[in-house]
Amino acid sequence: MILAESLGKRYILQHNPDKASYRTLRESLVSGASRLLRRPTDEQLRGEFWALRDVAFRIDEGEAVGIIGHNGAGKSTLLKILSRITEPTTGSVRLRGRVASLLEVGTGFHPELTGRENVYLNGSILGMTRQEIRARFDQIVQFAEVERFLDTPVKKYSSGMFVRLAFSVAAHLEPEVLIVDEVLSVGDAAFQQKCLERMKEVVRGEGRTVLFVSHNMAAIRLLCPRVITLDKGGVVGDGEATAVIEQYMDRVLRRAAESPECYSTANRVGFRNAQSALIPADGGLSLQLSLDIFGEQQGPIGIGIEITTQDGTRVSTQGSLMTHFNASVGERAIFTAPRIDELLSPGRYLVTVWFVKDKMLLRETGMLSFELPYRDLYGTGSELNVRHHGPVPIRWNATREAIHA
Amino acid sequence: MRKDGEILIRPGGTAERYWSEIWAYRELFAFFAWRDVTVRYKQTFLGICWALIQPIVTMVVFTLVFGRLAKMPAEGLPYPILVYAGVLPWQFFSTALSGCSGSLVSNANLLRKIYFPRLIIPVSSTVVALVDFAIAFVLLGVLMGWYGIMPGPEIVALPIFLLGAMLTSIAAGIWFAALNVKFRDFRFVVPFVIQLGVYLSPVGFPSSAIPDRYRFLYGMNPMVGVIDGFRWCLLGGKISVNWGAFGCSMLLVLILLALGIRHFRRVENSFADVV
Repeated sequence: MILAESLGKRYILQHNPDKASYRTLRESLVSGASRLLRRPTDEQLRGEFWALRDVAFRIDEGEAVGIIGHNGAGKSTLLKILSRITEPTTGSVRLRGRVASLLEVGTGFHPELTGRENVYLNGSILGMTRQEIRARFDQIVQFAEVERFLDTPVKKYSSGMFVRLAFSVAAHLEPEVLIVDEVLSVGDAAFQQKCLERMKEVVRGEGRTVLFVSHNMAAIRLLCPRVITLDKGGVVGDGEATAVIEQYMDRVLRRAAESPECYSTANRVGFRNAQSALIPADGGLSLQLSLDIFGEQQGPIGIGIEITTQDGTRVSTQGSLMTHFNASVGERAIFTAPRIDELLSPGRYLVTVWFVKDKMLLRETGMLSFELPYRDLYGTGSELNVRHHGPVPIRWNATREAIHA
Repeated sequence: MRKDGEILIRPGGTAERYWSEIWAYRELFAFFAWRDVTVRYKQTFLGICWALIQPIVTMVVFTLVFGRLAKMPAEGLPYPILVYAGVLPWQFFSTALSGCSGSLVSNANLLRKIYFPRLIIPVSSTVVALVDFAIAFVLLGVLMGWYGIMPGPEIVALPIFLLGAMLTSIAAGIWFAALNVKFRDFRFVVPFVIQLGVYLSPVGFPSSAIPDRYRFLYGMNPMVGVIDGFRWCLLGGKISVNWGAFGCSMLLVLILLALGIRHFRRVENSFADVV
C-alpha cells in the first residue's frame, strides 16, 4: 500500500546556467554576509519552483499503476521521493514493504568489473541479498543472453549486451513495490518485447505493486489497469487506463496549441517554432516537420521521431542510432516523409520528438501533430480512417476467379 | 530479505530506525568495500606494488632529509625503521581520509538514482586503505627481520592505535565528504591538510624531538598518539606514548565524529538534489 498526502517538492532555481547545482564556499560566505546586511542576494532573486505540489493518491497492494505526463510534469520527482532518493518539502508518504526502483538500468555498474561481479554488485545495490542473487544468478544470465562473456569486464561489452544484463538484474528483483522509469526504451525490439513480457509476469503473475512511468502509451495500457496523469506538479487525472490516456492525449493537443515551445530545464535544451506541413508532391502529399533547437547544449544532438495514433498506438519510431541524424543548438531540423498519404490512413497523428546525447535529454509528444485528409481509397464513396481501419492503408487488389475442380 | 514494515517518508525524517537500517544494509557495505578494493589497482601496470612503492619512497626520502640532513634523534633505532613505523599509520590515515572525503562525489551517480543509507559510502571507502595498510605491514615485518628487531609484548596493543587512526580518518572524512557535496572547495582543502599534516605529525622524526613542555599540546593532534603508539608497540619500549594526551585527543576525535554524524544526517537527504 502506498498512501501519499499533500506531497510537495520545492527546488530553488538558479538562473545562471553556467553554475552547477553545488556552490563554492565563497558564494555561500558572500550570500551569508549580505544576508546579515539585509541586502537582497541572488538566492532571493533565484526564485523557487515546485516540481510537485499537493499530490495525493492511494495505491493498494498488488496494483499496477502507470504514471504519465509531460517533461517536467513531476513524474521523476515523484518517483525519487517514493524511492527515498530525495525527501519531500511538504506532505508525507506511507508505504509498506521493500521498495526497489529502476530509475535507470545499469546504475552502479562498474566498467572494470566483470559481468559476474557486476551482477552481484548491482543486485546488492538494488536491494537483493547475496543469497537471493546467488539463487537467481543463472536465470539472470540466461535472460540477458551473456553466458559466454560472464568473466569479461563490462567495459568490453557492446551497448546492447550491457543494457540486457543491467535490465536482467533489475527484472529479477522481488520487492513488494517496484518503481520503474522508462526502462522499456532500451535494447533492440526483440529484447524490448522480452522485457515487456517479464514486466507482465511481475504485474499479473507475482502480484506486486508496480509504478510504471513511460511515454509509451501502448506499454502502459498493456501493463497498467490504472493510470495517473501529472501536470505541472499536480494530479490531473486518475482512473481507468484507457479513459485517462485519452483525456491526456486531448490535453496534449490543447497544450501544444497554446504553448509555443518545449524546454528541459534539467538538460538546458529545447525546441520551438515546431511546424508540420503537408506539401503536395509527386501526385500526393509529403509530410514535412521542422523545429528550431535552442538552449545551451554544446555539440551535435541526436533527434528521434515517433509517430503515434491519437490513442497512443505506435506507428513508426526512428531514432538517431538508426538515422545518424544530428543537429545542434541554433539550427533548424527538417524531416520530410515523401508520399505520407500512401503510407498512413487519413486521420490525426501525434509526433513525439526526442533529443539524445549519451542520454535522453528531452522527450515531447503532441507539440507536433498532423492530420491526413479524407481519402476515398477505392473510389467507392466510403471513407477510410485511422480510427476504424487502422493506420496502414493497404489498397488491396481484389480479384476473383472460378475454381476449376 | 530486508526488514519489512511501514516506512514513513516526510520532510526531514530518517530519525527512527536509522542505525538498524544501516545494519540491514551491511551486505551492501561489504559490496562497496569489495568493489573499491577490486577496482583500485585495475589497469595499473604495477598493480598492487603501488601499496608498497609509496611508503618505501617516503621512508627513503624522510630518512635522508630528517635522519641525515637534519640529524634528528633516532631513539637508538635504525632511522629507516623508525620512519617506516610512522609512515605506515600515516599512509593509512591519509589514504582513508582522502578516499572518504571524495567518496560521495565519486559515487554521485548512485546517490542520484538509488536509495541506501548514505553513511555506508564514506565509511566503506576507508576499507581500501586498510588493505593497502595490510600489504605495507608485511614489508615492515621484513624490514624488522633485516634489522633484527623483535617486537615485545606491547604489540597486542597495536589494534587500539589502528582503531584510533581509523576513527580519526572517519571523523574528519565524513565532515569533508558531506561538505564536499555542497562546496567543492574541499577538494582542495583535503590534499592540503594531508600535505601539512605529514609535517605536523611525527612521521619523519620521533616526537621526542618536540620540547617537553609542548608535548601535551602537540599530543592534541590525534595522529601524534597513533604514530607514537605504533612505534611503541612495534619497536619496543624506548619510545614512549603520552597516554594522557592520546586519551584527550581521542576524546576530541569522538566528539568530532559525533558532530560529524549529526551534520551528515541533517544534510544527507538533500545529497541527491545537490551533488
